[in-house]
This record gives sequence, C-alpha cells and structure tokens, in this order.
Amino acid sequence: MSQDFRLDKIGMVNRNKKISFTFNGKKYFGYEGDTIASALIANGVHLVGRSFKYHRPRGFFGVGVDEPYAILQLERNNERDPNIRATEQEIFEGLEVKSVNCWPSVNFDIGAINNFLKMFFPAGFYYKTFMWPPSFWYKIYEPFIRMAAGFGEASIKHDKERYEHKYEYCDLLITGSGPSGLASAYAAAKNGARVILAEDKPRYGGSLLTSDVNIGNQTGVEWSEKIITELKSMSNVIVKNRSQVFGYYDHNMLVMSERIGDHLPKTQKYLPKQRLWYIRAKEVLISSGSIERPLVFGNNDTPGVMLSSAAKEYMKVYGVLVGKKPLIFTNNDSGYETAIEFKKNGVNPLILDTRKEPSSDIISEAKNLGIEIKFSHVVVAAKGYKKVKSADIAKISDNKKDLSNIENIECDCICVSGFWTPSIHLASQSGNKSEFNEKIDAFIPKKSKQKENTIGSANGKFTLEETINEAFNKGYEVSNNITENNNKVSIPTVVEKKSTEHDKFWCVPLPKGKSYKRFLDFQNDVAVTDIELALREGFRSIEHVKRYTTLGMATDQGKTSNLNGLQLVSDIENKVVPQVGHTTFRPPYTPVSIGAIVGREVGKHSKPTRKSPMHDWHEKNNAVFVDAGVWLRPRYYKQGNETLFEASKREAKNVRKNVGVCDVTTLGKIDVKGPDAAEFLNRVYTNAWLKLPVGKARYGVMLREDGIVMDDGTTTRISENHYHMTTTTAQAANVLSHLEYYLQLVWPELNVNVVSTTEQWAGAAIAGPNSRALLMKLFTNTDVSNEALPFMGYKEADLFGIPAKIYRISFSGELAYEVNVESDYGNFMWEKIIEVGKEFQIQPYGTEALSTLRIEMGHVAGSELDGRTIPHDASLEGLVSKKKDFIGKRSLGRSAFIKPDREKIVGVVPLDKTTSIPEGSYIVKDPKAKLPNPKLGHVSASCWSVEYDNPFSLAIIKDGKNMIGQKLFAMSPLKNKTIPVEIVSSHYVDPEGKRVRA
Amino acid sequence: MLYIFCPHCGSRSQNEFVYGGDATVKRPELNKEISDQDWDNFVYLRKSPRGKHLELWHHISGCRQWIKVERDTSTHEIFKTYKADELTE
Ligand SMILES: [Zn+2]
Repeated sequence: MSQDFRLDKIGMVNRNKKISFTFNGKKYFGYEGDTIASALIANGVHLVGRSFKYHRPRGFFGVGVDEPYAILQLERNNERDPNIRATEQEIFEGLEVKSVNCWPSVNFDIGAINNFLKMFFPAGFYYKTFMWPPSFWYKIYEPFIRMAAGFGEASIKHDKERYEHKYEYCDLLITGSGPSGLASAYAAAKNGARVILAEDKPRYGGSLLTSDVNIGNQTGVEWSEKIITELKSMSNVIVKNRSQVFGYYDHNMLVMSERIGDHLPKTQKYLPKQRLWYIRAKEVLISSGSIERPLVFGNNDTPGVMLSSAAKEYMKVYGVLVGKKPLIFTNNDSGYETAIEFKKNGVNPLILDTRKEPSSDIISEAKNLGIEIKFSHVVVAAKGYKKVKSADIAKISDNKKDLSNIENIECDCICVSGFWTPSIHLASQSGNKSEFNEKIDAFIPKKSKQKENTIGSANGKFTLEETINEAFNKGYEVSNNITENNNKVSIPTVVEKKSTEHDKFWCVPLPKGKSYKRFLDFQNDVAVTDIELALREGFRSIEHVKRYTTLGMATDQGKTSNLNGLQLVSDIENKVVPQVGHTTFRPPYTPVSIGAIVGREVGKHSKPTRKSPMHDWHEKNNAVFVDAGVWLRPRYYKQGNETLFEASKREAKNVRKNVGVCDVTTLGKIDVKGPDAAEFLNRVYTNAWLKLPVGKARYGVMLREDGIVMDDGTTTRISENHYHMTTTTAQAANVLSHLEYYLQLVWPELNVNVVSTTEQWAGAAIAGPNSRALLMKLFTNTDVSNEALPFMGYKEADLFGIPAKIYRISFSGELAYEVNVESDYGNFMWEKIIEVGKEFQIQPYGTEALSTLRIEMGHVAGSELDGRTIPHDASLEGLVSKKKDFIGKRSLGRSAFIKPDREKIVGVVPLDKTTSIPEGSYIVKDPKAKLPNPKLGHVSASCWSVEYDNPFSLAIIKDGKNMIGQKLFAMSPLKNKTIPVEIVSSHYVDPEGKRVRA
Repeated sequence: MLYIFCPHCGSRSQNEFVYGGDATVKRPELNKEISDQDWDNFVYLRKSPRGKHLELWHHISGCRQWIKVERDTSTHEIFKTYKADELTE
C-alpha cells in the first residue's frame, strides 16, 4: 500500500530505510524512525480501535504520552505485549500489532451496539447496571464486562526477555529535554554538577523540534542538536532518550524506565529489553512540558479529530499529513502554527477561531499566507462515523451561549487547540501542592516539598524567552548550591513570534434539539452528560466524581481530560476551578511493564542461593536438594530408584546402626567475646551460664520479651572470654540482630562483641554408634575417649594437618560429634570423613533423615518452636532458671502461660502402626463431634520411626502430660483422613538419653 | 524509598536498614519488681503518632549498628539521626 499522506520534503525519519509491519494482519510500510501512529497515518489509516464503553470508532488523538485512544497489542517473537501506545512505539521490521477492544473486528464491532444502547451506560453504570441480582455476577455480568472491556490480553507465557535494575546518584536530575531541560542541563553541567537528562521520546528537543524559533542565531533544532552533542561529550552528564521518569518518591528517589530494546526487532546481545533506574537526586528540575487541551464539541471523539500540536508534529517530525482538508479549531494562537505548517506543505486549512478580533504576529502571518480564518466560529459537531467527513460549524455569540449560521463544510480532519496544560504530575507526586493560575486556566506547581523545581511550560511559562531565561538561571542556581563553582554560561538571545491571549471558552453548547455526545475523557468514554448526571446525583468531591464517572482514570491519568472535567464541574457548581481542586496524581505517569518492575529477580534470582563448601560433593553423589531459607541443603542422597521415603529411611537407619555424616554448615554461628560474655549469655538464655567451664558446651533456649521461644542451640566456651554460639539455620540472622539490640541499646555497659561466623566454619555432624571409632581414626593425635571428650565436651584437634574443632553434641540422639574446620577446608574434611568412614559403613544423610532422627528422639525444632510456644510447651521448662532474670522471664508468669492444662509436646502413634499422620492434623477426642470440633492441639512433625518401624509424630496438645496413654484421633480435613491414635511420650527412642553419653 | 543518614556510615538507602520500632521505649531493669501493667506496657503498648517520632533503625546491611531516627511519620521527613548511645534532644 502506498503512503498517500507522506510528505516528501520534511520530517526526521530515515527515508533510506523502509520498514514493513502488519496491523490487524495487513502489511504496511513506513520508515525507520516512524511510530506505529505516524506510519499508519502515512498510509491513510485512522481507525485503530474501539472505545472502552460504547465501542465507538477510535483513531489517533495525540502524538506521544498524551495519546488516550491508540492503545494496541504488540506481538513480537511469539510474545504478547498489551497496552502499547501507537504514538510511542517505533516500528521495526516484522512488527505485528493489532487492535484491542473490538470483536469480531475493528471495522465491524458487535460492541458498537452499546453505542446505541447508551442510555444503559450512564455515569456509574458499573455500580447501577450490574448490581442485582447478585447471583448474576459470575454467570452474566462478569463475563460480559470481561469480553467487552479491557485493553488487550496479557501473555500467560514466561517472559524470556531480560529486564534490569540500576541504581544511580546525581546532583541534578532533569526530566525532559525540551528547551527548558536542555538549557538547565547545559547551565548545570557547565557549572560542574553531575547531571542526568532524561527524555521519553527517541529525539531530543521537545517543542524545539516543531516550533519556528531561533536561539543564539540558530534554529531551534540546530541549537538543541548542538547542546545535546556537547552534553553527551561531558563526563559529568548522563543523557538518556526513550527514558520516562514516571515516579517521584520520598527523599528525592525517582524511578525511570528506559526502553532499550522495544524499538528493535530483537533485543541486542548483552542488553536488556528495558532498564529501570532508581535515581537518588540531590535536586530535580521538572521540565516535562505541557500537553495541549482539547476543545469539547459534538462527536469530538470521531477519528480524525486530534490535537493541533499533534498534527504539526506529524508533519514536522514524521513528514506525515493527518489530512488533506484540515479544519483548525482553536481558542488561541497555537492552532495558527499548525495551519501555517499545512499551508507550507501545500494544503489549504480553514481556521475557526473562537475569539472575536484577536491580533498578533502569528495571526498576521497566517493572513498574509492567504489562510482562510473565521473568527467567532466554532465546530458544533463532527460528522462521519469511522472518520471525519465533514463538520457542522456555526458562528457563536459574544457571550458564547448562542449558535447561529450553522452550516456543514467538508473536511477530513479537525485539529483542535484549547490552549495548554502544564504536566505537573511529577511535581504533584513529590508532594507539591499546586495552585491554579488564572492566566493560563491551569494548575502549576506551588511550593516545593522535596528538592525539586518545575521549569518551562510545565511551570506555565509559555514563551520561549521566559523558558530559556528561567531554565538557564535555575540550572545555574541549583547546581551552584551543590558545586559552588560559580561558573555561569551566558544566555543566548531568543527570537520567536509573539502571540496574544487565549480565549477561556472551551465547550461548545449544543444546538437546539441536538444531543451530540461531547467527550471529556477519551480513554474512559466520559462525556459531558456523565459529569452532569454525577453532580445531579449528589456527587460533589472531585475525587468522588472521578471514581463514579471514571474521569481521569486508567493508563491515561487524565493527561488530556483532567482540566476540562474540572472546568465543567466548576461551571455547573458555579465555582471556580481552584475551589473544586484536582484529583491526586499518582505514579506511574505512564504505564510501566511488569517485567521492568520485577527486573532480574525472577526464578532462581528472586533470592540469593547459599551453598556449603561441600556442595559439589553432594551434587556428585546424587543429593536431592531442598531450600532451607536461602541455603540449599541435601534432602537425601538417592541410590538407584529410591524414593525420598526409602532413601531417608535407609540413611536414618544407618545412623542408628552404624554411623552417618550430615552437612551442618548452615547452622548459624555467632562468636560472643568479651569479659562480660558470660553475664550476657546469662541474660539472653533461660538457663544458667555463669559457671560453664572452658571446653564445655551447653544447650540453651532464648526467649523474646513476650515469653515465646525465639531460638535454641548449643553454645560452647572456647576460652575464658570467648563463646561459640550456634543457632538454628532459620533464625541465625534474627538472633544476631537480637543480640546486637541488647548490647547496643539496652545494656551498653556490658563489654561484649558479637559477630556472625556462620560462613567461616564448615560443619559435619558424625552420628551413630560407630562415630567414636571413626573419630579415633580421623584424629590420631587426639584423645577422643569418653573420659577425655565426654558428652557436651569440646576439643581442638588436628585433622591430617588441618586445625579442627570437635563438639560432642547430638541432635540425632546417638553418640555424635560435630566437627568444624575453616570453610576452605570443608571439602577436605568431608572427603576424609567419607574415606576413613568406609570401614564403619558410613553413609551421608540429608535433612529428611535428620528430621526423622530428631523427631523420634523428641528433640524440638522449628515446627515446634513456631512463634507460639513457651519453654513449657516444648518440655523445656527444666532449662528455665528460677533464680536469675533473663529476657522474657517476666512474661512467663502470664495467666495463660501458667494454666494447669497448658499445651505440651507429646508423641503420637497410629493404632494400626501403619497409617502416617499428616503434619498439621488436629488431635480430637471424638471425630464425630458436632462442628466446630473442640481441638486439643495439632501434629507438628511426622516421620517413620526407624527404631520401631512404624509412623511416629510429635504433637502439641492441651494438658499433654496427662494425655499420655489416651486413645484419641488425628483428623486432617485437608487430606480427608481420621486416624485413631495413642498418645505417648515425645521421647520415643532412648528416653533416658543413654546413647548420647555412651 | 527513604534516605537515612547513618551516623556511622553516611546517607544510605532505606533498603539497607530494618525498622526497629519506638526508640523511646526503655526496657525495665533486670531483677526489679514490676507490675503486670507496666510490663504489659513495655512488651505490647506502643504509641503510633502522626508527626514526629523517634524510632530505631538497624543498619543491617551496613555497619550493623542500631541507630535512632527522628522522623515525621506522615511526611517521612527525617530531622535528625543519632547513634545508639547518643542523647536525643
Ligand atoms: Zn551504618
């Protein structure tokens, strides 16, 4: 298809590179540098979608972030990307896009029937229409809304693209590279400040790309190119295009989304598709410019009605005509610039100016060029369904109330200009309360709350001279507060055409007997009548009107609709706009892809992975790993076709019978040092610590201040003032913070230091009746006899030349030792243990066997110490000192904690000795009792006892001690199981603890 | 994201810190008789003021020091930060 609307001589696209793409399955051509919008318009395509509510035909309204209509769905490398603005997405070879919101096709849309049923879709229609009966919701209303509404379909596939996050610091962040952004960046950079200049479009220059001005004897485009080139060459400046600063957060943290690969057929090697920048800026200059305001008239949503500034940009940047019979409808001088541009390109426009007798340089120029102008004229209604074909125009009375001389004239586009609205979104996000400026009928930022200033047209400065002066001065002033270089560059002279005042008129009255729809919010289909209805129904607060009518919601965030909506509310309420106020702007300013927000934190990268020094060995020996916090631990070592159950049983049995070795590197380890270390431990743990001799370990329990068990573990006195504390894997970090809290804030007088040594030591637990025999062969120079190294003893030893520490402690309930060496020797130690242990039938065991061993011994772990248990519940009351005070002691006297029938840990065995009890099951007296069945407690951990070869569980139940011997039931509603059980002691194996002392 | 001045390290982003609650709470002395009510107040009761609030932050991914931060809970403005043992105004 030929590009009938492409101009030959102007535009900035690359004519040497033709690009083909498809829209709704049809192939089109454009040039490198085109957006989907400019390329489609060049091909004469204006119908791109259907509106949200009434499914009216939709075309293009803007040229950038302001676009409310042309939201398409992109297909790329078999990936789907919904919510793409056609005015922003650049085309690339092979791009495939399609319309959304229309079914079965954009040309024949069944939903358009809504347009004829519009009496059913007034303001608040969601709340009214779909209210009753409630049973209709899932079956009728919801599917209907889902099919009819929404902006595209999200892909359900994993996104294979790469997204990155980057953190950056700067003196000055400048958002937007229009004249004010360029000038302030230049002034600040020359003054030595570290500057980041962000531009959301591919091209720098903002309004300079399309305006007919002169700066320092150069055209606007030349000047902006010169400044950008120089800024890029400076080491203290980062310049980024295709980068939208979309959020302004606390303490001058701004977030910017950089689109690196979106305009390319395929993301480049080593580059992400998008990068999210977290920028902490000392100062921010908001130079986000302004967006042209629509004028409101009948059927002003017809494709072909668009902003006049957009029409100008399509011509000057893309070399594309939005129409060949343009009607310019304006209340200010900006429309004339567009008209002049049409004229220069050989197209004759007609200007309708709402003003009576305005005069200015630019109006004279239009007159001199022979452009036809009708003053005191308005567009009453656009005609044409899928594209503007003509317009009803009329003369308007001086009081702007009455229409006369209505006539129909032919046209193929209507370019509207209702003056300009500063983009104050970022300033508003920063907490800046805006103020209404009567001169420009719009809000501008007021007092800065954070370190920000708004400059240029975003600050309501609509002449280039004001803008350039303000920007140079602000750039210098703000940077000088930081650098104090006092290096001021001279401000260039500016030549521009003078314009005159705009007309405050913005909404064309309906002619008698006509009921055209006049739209305010083009994205959400909010018309004048909707606002009127909302107000009639009693909605007053602008925030309520917004939610009720959906004005200014969704991805558009009221960029084009906001002020006209406020104007209307003010007019009806007989208020002025500042009294009505505006709704709060919230981040993001433009939509951000979920991928960019997530960044690299996907899958395995969502958290760090910690591995023990023996990890490679485990891997080589068929370990099946399990996540333990951020650690990867062997769950079991698979032999042949073994299942988890079979393998863990084999491993546990071997510990009970021979000897096993388990990697316990992940245990938290904390060095506690200092002359007051003993006193400190005595306050931290519930039991007594002052008399622990050097070379001895002790098991300890620590509480939170509310009496709940926080953690348990053994701590060994290495020397007079040095203790080696161990914590559970899960609580290691919390325990360290807890200790630091008490040392730094509560008892700073204690002379103690704590430091984590978890990663410094590799640990191996050697457990089983053969463990001492093995140790004797591992540590040939050390006496490891029961007398020399008794239960809870500690020794430093020599492991084939490597210094090692032996702790005689046991979690499995067997004769056991824990050997620690410096991490780098971990693998050496492990291999030696396996090698030397062969003759003792050693086998490595994983966490599953470890659990089995501790459960049948009745040793508590995380599943019992679950943040709800006090020492008594876990049968640890023997460790609670009655004599001394410690953290949490005072809470143990609370009435609930000293009830006679307080929960206690017990053992549970199924009566049939075969049915495993699901963890989490309830223990009840009568499984058939009326619901809710009174619950005695719950099963905290289950295993297959290798000692007795039947299932065994631990449970924490009410009055547990007196329940032993009773026959009760374990119920698991989740697994739909009811199992008759007998309550036994939690110390199922070796209750006297003979083995550990053997 | 807040930008917190650690008196030991300098200004750092909030994600290096962990919040630690009201800094004005004082733990009752050890081995001292204390009423149920006073103990309950210490363990559970916290004020949640709108406005100025002296709070603890733990510079967990930095120097691992607990610091005190005077912050406005509604605007997030940080007025001053103190070392753990420093007297607050
Ligand atoms: Zn610090």
